[in-house]
Amino acid sequence: MSRGYYSNPLLSLRLCVEILLALRVEILSCLPALRYPVPMAILKVIKLAVLNIPPVSFTLQAGECVGLSGPSGEGKSLLLRALADLIPHEGRVMLDGEDCNHVHPAQWRRRVGLLLPESHWWSDRVGDHFPVREMDRVHALGFDERVFDWQVSRCSSGEKQRLALLRLLANLPEVLLLDEPTASLDPRSTRRVEALVEDYRREHAAPVLWVSHDPAQLARVADRQLRLEHKILREAAA
Amino acid sequence: MSVIHLSMADLGLAALLVLLLAALSFVLRLQLQRQILISAARTTIQLLLIGLVLKSLFASSSPFWIALMALVMLAVAGREVMQRQKRPFRGAWGYGLGTLSMFVSSFATTVFALQAVIGTEPWYLPQYSIPLLGMMLGNTMNGVALALDRLTSSAWQQRAVIETRLTLGQDWSEAIADISRDSLRTGMLPIINAMAAAGIVSLPGMMTGQILSGTPPLEAVKYQILIMFMIAAGTGFASVIATWLGARRLFDARQRLRLSRLAGGE
Repeated sequence: MSRGYYSNPLLSLRLCVEILLALRVEILSCLPALRYPVPMAILKVIKLAVLNIPPVSFTLQAGECVGLSGPSGEGKSLLLRALADLIPHEGRVMLDGEDCNHVHPAQWRRRVGLLLPESHWWSDRVGDHFPVREMDRVHALGFDERVFDWQVSRCSSGEKQRLALLRLLANLPEVLLLDEPTASLDPRSTRRVEALVEDYRREHAAPVLWVSHDPAQLARVADRQLRLEHKILREAAA
Repeated sequence: MSVIHLSMADLGLAALLVLLLAALSFVLRLQLQRQILISAARTTIQLLLIGLVLKSLFASSSPFWIALMALVMLAVAGREVMQRQKRPFRGAWGYGLGTLSMFVSSFATTVFALQAVIGTEPWYLPQYSIPLLGMMLGNTMNGVALALDRLTSSAWQQRAVIETRLTLGQDWSEAIADISRDSLRTGMLPIINAMAAAGIVSLPGMMTGQILSGTPPLEAVKYQILIMFMIAAGTGFASVIATWLGARRLFDARQRLRLSRLAGGE
């Protein structure tokens, strides 16, 4: 009798490698942390001052959703724009212990993703605004792959707002700053957006700062709430 | 063929045409008669003065006076560029941006043409250098003014789009790329169109002038071709420089869009 298959050390080594290769997709999918090497993002804001808003300090913990409310014109949007380093500001903003001023500006804005209240588009076709196409999220907001061939000018404002969120998430930001992300959406789409942000936040342990005028919405999505009133930022009772 | 000299009386006859136009403006209540007369007077005085200046400049041929003349022309062109913009940059940039790009482009092109193409002796010979530079500056000025005006007013109008692109992690140059490209096209298209139409739709002024003064038409045409190429290159380069510097200036070191650097900005 010839010697068995398993007794040849070279052949059995090859077998092991082949089994591993065949199972690589399953093995990798068990290790989401390996597929997405996202660090635990913590956004620390120290004495941040913009224009006429006195310095504010707060911290967004990894995976935490913080609601931000307050009357119009108090500077909620200014605050978010300063966090994304879109406007000049004083004080420090740190992501994972890294100071904003020490990170390349485009890189910073990629990592600290700001969704502006109104969406703007520079190309005619929706698809031209997406560097990568993540179909799961597209489906989650009620679109299908044909959406990328749509003309931007023919989209409704609600469609554009949802697409703007998808466009932002395609960058895989570590922090989400959402400025009234559901302002022009019907209740059904609003819930879809809330669920999508929730999933994203859990999957990537991303802190979320969510500006809204709807107390019920903030109660649904936020772990805790901040309120900007009379130019003072304070923790609000949930 | 020699030049037929014009007497003051001859020019007076031509001035009658302008007076007629002013009268027409009065009758039609266009309220332009004042402007027409003042502008006509300015043309007369300014051109007579420049004639006197050129006469003494050609006589002396001193590099110092030629350089001074060139700088004065540049300074006036720079002011014109700034005034033609709806929202020029504030401070020294407003004046410096257009002037610098015109200086680099027009002077380089003119010196190249004098040295390498025409080969005048000395290279700054005022009969050649001053008219050439004048034509260069006049056309470059148009291109730069158009490009910069388009750049700043587009950035003003499309602020939200630029900022959206920045929030998506685009570099400043990428975020304003469409606007820059548009501005460049705006600055360059007039001279491209002029090259395409030259000789068919219009007889260029310099060529016409040379022919009137007795130059054989083919010689005049060759000079006109040289000038067209110089103007096209000069306008193009100046527009590129001005647009790039202007676009860069719209953003700060942290690549934030700073419209407050434009006149009328908050």
